[in-house]
Amino acid sequence: MTGWDELDRFLQTDPRDVGCEQALRILHIYVEAVLDDKTGAEAARRYPGVEAHLLSCGPCADDYEGLLLAARPDPA
Amino acid sequence: MRSPDEQTAQWLAALGGSGSAREQAVERLHELLLRVARAELGRRAGRHSITGPELDDLAYQSADDALLAITTKLGEFRGESRFTTWAYKFVVLEVSSKLGRHFWQRPAVTLGTADWERLPDRFGVSPADHAERQDLIAAVRRAVEQELTERQRQVFVAIVVDGIPLDALVARLGASRNSLYKMMFDARRKLRAALAANGYLTASAEEAAPDHIMRGER
Repeated sequence: MTGWDELDRFLQTDPRDVGCEQALRILHIYVEAVLDDKTGAEAARRYPGVEAHLLSCGPCADDYEGLLLAARPDPA
Repeated sequence: MRSPDEQTAQWLAALGGSGSAREQAVERLHELLLRVARAELGRRAGRHSITGPELDDLAYQSADDALLAITTKLGEFRGESRFTTWAYKFVVLEVSSKLGRHFWQRPAVTLGTADWERLPDRFGVSPADHAERQDLIAAVRRAVEQELTERQRQVFVAIVVDGIPLDALVARLGASRNSLYKMMFDARRKLRAALAANGYLTASAEEAAPDHIMRGER
């Protein structure tokens, strides 16, 4: 992959992207949908705008990863 | 709204009550928030240089501020998740915000240096590939100067050229993460269209189609 490909990937925008405010508003719901489903496919189907945002926004994706770990049930 | 699970119902009853039961619930919640804050700061350890007592102080500050926000906004909890998942979101966001502010305590960090020679590194172009580096710098710099507003240019250069994290820029400019993200979103779209129009990138269907086709007109 060339630098131009990387640049192109960075510049791509998804019109479904809901932005940080809306994604963070329901992040706890999205996280539980991912935990319920394991693969995250159902969460992505129900909240495509949040999924699109998390693929594009590093800080929100970081918060998502952190919340996913925090909310994961402790192993018995 | 779904019925709350048993633990969520217990949290809501205790925190919404009074006396020693509430105090114990607040104390227990603070312990959980502190544990999450410490874990989150540890998970992000490669991206900050905070250690020792200062790190633990940041964890306590995050837990304290999250606890205050949670108890203040308890009435806004709508039972769409477990209570703890909702509550943990506050402390994760506090950690992000505090790390953003802390970024500026690094002595070497300044805003507005705009060293364009570093741009190719952000996109993995080898230092040996001199021609590609110079082409990429020239094309992007020209598009930034011609296509973006002054504010978009400032934010794009800070994040992409200078490598300032978005949350650090949020702290410095006093803006919201959402507003800066949207500014970057618009900037990315404009730059991509300009680079495609000049033959550097392949035009997307939307960029390639005449306006009347995109509007569904004949």
